Amino acid sequence: MIRIENLTKSYPVGGGSLQVLKGIDLSIKQGEFVSIMGSSGSGKSTLLNILGILDNYNEGNYTLDNTLIKNLNETQAAKYRNQFLGFVFQSFNLISYKSALENVALPLYYQGVKRSKRNAIALEYLEKVGLADRADHLPNELSGGQKQRVAIARALITNPKVLLADEPTGALDTTTSYEVMEVFKDIHKQGMTIIIVTHENDIAGMTERIIRLKDGLIVPQKDTAFAGV
Amino acid sequence: MDLLFEIFATIKKNKLRTILTGLSVAWGIFMLVILLGAGQGIRNGITKQFLNKATNMVMIRTDITGMPYKGMKAGRRIKMTNADYEYLKDNYPEIEEISGEFMIWGAEVVYGNEYGSYGIKAVHPGNQGLELNKMVSGRYINERDLEETRKVAVIGNVVKRELFKEVDPIGKYIKISGVTFKVVGVYSDDGGERDESMVYLPIYTSQKVFNSGTDVRRLNVNLPEYNLEQINEFQERIKKDFSERLVFDPEDTRAIITRSPRTEMEKIYGVLSGIEIFIWVIGIGTIIAGIVGVSNIMMIVVKERTREIGIRKALGATPFNVVKQILIEAVIITGFSGYLGLLTGVLVLETVGKDIQSEMFSQPEVDITTALATTVVLVVAGAAAGFVPAMRAASVRPIEALNEN
Repeated sequence: MIRIENLTKSYPVGGGSLQVLKGIDLSIKQGEFVSIMGSSGSGKSTLLNILGILDNYNEGNYTLDNTLIKNLNETQAAKYRNQFLGFVFQSFNLISYKSALENVALPLYYQGVKRSKRNAIALEYLEKVGLADRADHLPNELSGGQKQRVAIARALITNPKVLLADEPTGALDTTTSYEVMEVFKDIHKQGMTIIIVTHENDIAGMTERIIRLKDGLIVPQKDTAFAGV
Repeated sequence: MDLLFEIFATIKKNKLRTILTGLSVAWGIFMLVILLGAGQGIRNGITKQFLNKATNMVMIRTDITGMPYKGMKAGRRIKMTNADYEYLKDNYPEIEEISGEFMIWGAEVVYGNEYGSYGIKAVHPGNQGLELNKMVSGRYINERDLEETRKVAVIGNVVKRELFKEVDPIGKYIKISGVTFKVVGVYSDDGGERDESMVYLPIYTSQKVFNSGTDVRRLNVNLPEYNLEQINEFQERIKKDFSERLVFDPEDTRAIITRSPRTEMEKIYGVLSGIEIFIWVIGIGTIIAGIVGVSNIMMIVVKERTREIGIRKALGATPFNVVKQILIEAVIITGFSGYLGLLTGVLVLETVGKDIQSEMFSQPEVDITTALATTVVLVVAGAAAGFVPAMRAASVRPIEALNEN
């Protein structure tokens, strides 16, 4: 599903440049539930952004579902994001003046789905995350866990190839975090490819595979095992 | 339709600011409409001043000489007579209508027990075409009236209304300075009340009855085929010709005076065009201020919604989607408030403007073409106002937007 070869990324800093990713090789199969871990500055968020086509990269190749994602213009990138990817963010990123239902339906708006149809579909997805009764609530009327479940419903509505989650439990307490992870597990069981960025070991432990990043490189597997997670 | 839902949701979110911005645009358009309406009102008022006379008319009048000539001192009165009327008629084929005239002063017009003061003018039949009198009933003064020095009169609508009330004046007799005249016609005049408060008498009859010999105080001619330049040239020709006929210095500007409404109209219209350009400059300036306001608010909207735009982009909004949304939002705000301003402006002109009546001002209005053009300009301006902010919004990198705050 995802294949990354020798990917590098640097940001211009002052006069020179800061190398964030120094040559990543990575492959994720369809239906995998993967977490990416690493301390801050390890490049894990940058990697997720590149995976999510939210950011571009310098060298190497990134293939998503047999499509080479390289040097895309914004329009193409938007199209791929809409069709291939679902996003879940740490800070939920719901649109504050739209109801839960409208938030969930938004990606379909950009696919040109009619209002009544996309609202019906959105309701279906809200039901899947157990929030059908909150469809008309605005985000600030929902709890953190509920917000994140709305965000997950929104990420799933386009039936993406890959679900990307950036610290999805970062803003939640432990109980709520586990509830949200249960939602992820359910989705995974239905065959969705999921990639989670987290710095919490217990969260990462709930995934099938952990990829550790350190200083812009992937830490080899046996070292991961050594870490005992 | 869906796009409109999206836009109204965002407009609703920024209600107060949107209203304030909209007001500035509405005000700009309102001012433009009012100013243009006022300009048109002045134009209408002035045009009306000239409506009552043939536009290509030239009025010729003689007065006291200002220069000594051929041994005669200055201060000599130059008089025109019936002979000069005949001379013009015979020697200037370009003249279509011609009439001599003189006023009868201080006489009251009496019918039965009713009487009133009106302008009383002795004229030739050609006066009808010069004053643009339209017959309401009866006939105008004709050549037979002159030949037979008949005591007949043609009265204006106002005179008829005030003296005759409901009675049909045709065939009735009125008295002027004790002399009886038979009313043969009633006329109307687009010039309004003042031009309809006249009594016209045949000039030869008047000369006989009121003892003024063969004097003609004024000669009016109409030159329908002539353009402005030819009219001016004609006036010079007449002055030169008459200086020989009536014996005064050709350079004497006081002995003979000619006037042409056409020449005056062109002058006033020149000034008016200047005023209108000025109005447009002010109006457009006001609109530009409004548009800059819209552009400004859209700028703030984009800045404030950077995060939202980032979210939308992450969810699959293309730059085109984003540009479209901001642009149409700007167009809707300007279009709607502009239309509102246009509507109020027209409404004010239609209600308040109708009540303002003066010599130089009448019927302020904005023609439909201008209104439509303004609306089109508004929509284009709205798009222009939204363009820079929209481009900025489109260039927002989703990742940077999401990282904000």
